[in-house]
Amino acid sequence: MKTKYLISIDDFCTNHHIDVSFISSLQQTGLIEITTIEESGFIEADQLLLLEKYVRFYYEMDINLEGIETVTYLLQKINSLQHEIGTLNNRLRLYESE
Amino acid sequence: MAFIDYYQILGIDKTATPKVIKDAYRKLARKYHPDLNPNNQDAKANFQQINEANEVLSDPEKRKKYDQYGNDWQHANEFEQQKQQQKQSSRSQSGGGFSGGQNAGDFSDFFESMFGGSAGGRGRQVKYRGEDYTTEIHLQLLEAYKTHKQTLTVNGRDIRITIPAGVENGQIIKIAGHGGAGTNGGPNGDLYITFSVANHSSFKRLDDNLFATIDLDIYTAVLGGEITVDTLEGKVKLKVKPETQNGTKVNLKGKGFPVYKNEGQFGGLQITYAVKVPTNLTDKQKKLFEELRQIKG
Repeated sequence: MKTKYLISIDDFCTNHHIDVSFISSLQQTGLIEITTIEESGFIEADQLLLLEKYVRFYYEMDINLEGIETVTYLLQKINSLQHEIGTLNNRLRLYESE
Repeated sequence: MAFIDYYQILGIDKTATPKVIKDAYRKLARKYHPDLNPNNQDAKANFQQINEANEVLSDPEKRKKYDQYGNDWQHANEFEQQKQQQKQSSRSQSGGGFSGGQNAGDFSDFFESMFGGSAGGRGRQVKYRGEDYTTEIHLQLLEAYKTHKQTLTVNGRDIRITIPAGVENGQIIKIAGHGGAGTNGGPNGDLYITFSVANHSSFKRLDDNLFATIDLDIYTAVLGGEITVDTLEGKVKLKVKPETQNGTKVNLKGKGFPVYKNEGQFGGLQITYAVKVPTNLTDKQKKLFEELRQIKG
């Protein structure tokens, strides 16, 4: 069974000086998943970088939740297109030297 | 080292209020922040300038020092020292100043010269995640065929990484926490490695599959037989069916490239036969071909 590493949302908010309601809003919009254990909220460690990115969007760049949703969707699209370009470049190499 | 006009970078007036500075910074950060511009080095460079301008202008003490010395910034430290000497008799030294920060590399020489390279400064304890580093590893096809270890030197640090077999040309992998050090307890950045896999072999590669063209003499193509072909694992024997046509493709399962991070799994090797018509025929050979033509029915 794979071990899951969890980070307490309260600790995260204290360390980053942010309000817990922000994390709840992210959960409500489906941007992050929260695991509840004995009434305390946790996030999985592999979501930490994502959550920190959302914090930067919201607090440093003043992007609201709707903006974060849009940006996240577009970044995923960029990522998928970059991957597609990579695959197509590799396929092109197959024919270029013929 | 040239003077940097931080007001110009943020596109604001010298009389700008803290709110105007904050708004200008945020507007430009939304345009150039590396989070919003993945793999864009130009945007990253722009963001560093904007960040530096904000670092100075949003900190009242730094802004005061910057405004005070302006173009004479090169003499700022001399003036400061003189001032401190004058004050030494009346009060003890604070021991503060702008001490060298871990993230000094993110700031210009001008900034470091004037402020000592600190990202935090006095009174502000904002946590900054370390810078993400990017690097490139060049491999030959055969090197990408086997899992192996390699030592990289990134910003003076040796990092030993395992490169799994089957890595793709252009593939990017992230090594978490091996980027620049965070500031004020912020986390380290990540290291992004882009693989460039050169292929000088006789095989062509697409994903996990390999492709090769094999010359087949006309006699084996017509009558069938056994040939030996090269694979990345060595030579294998292959039966050729009689009356094999030019361009016939044969798939050898499991003789292709390893599937990335799926140990023991391999793609296929597709062989295309290129039937070669003999040249420089002897008289006897020509005669025999002529006979064949006569009886071809």
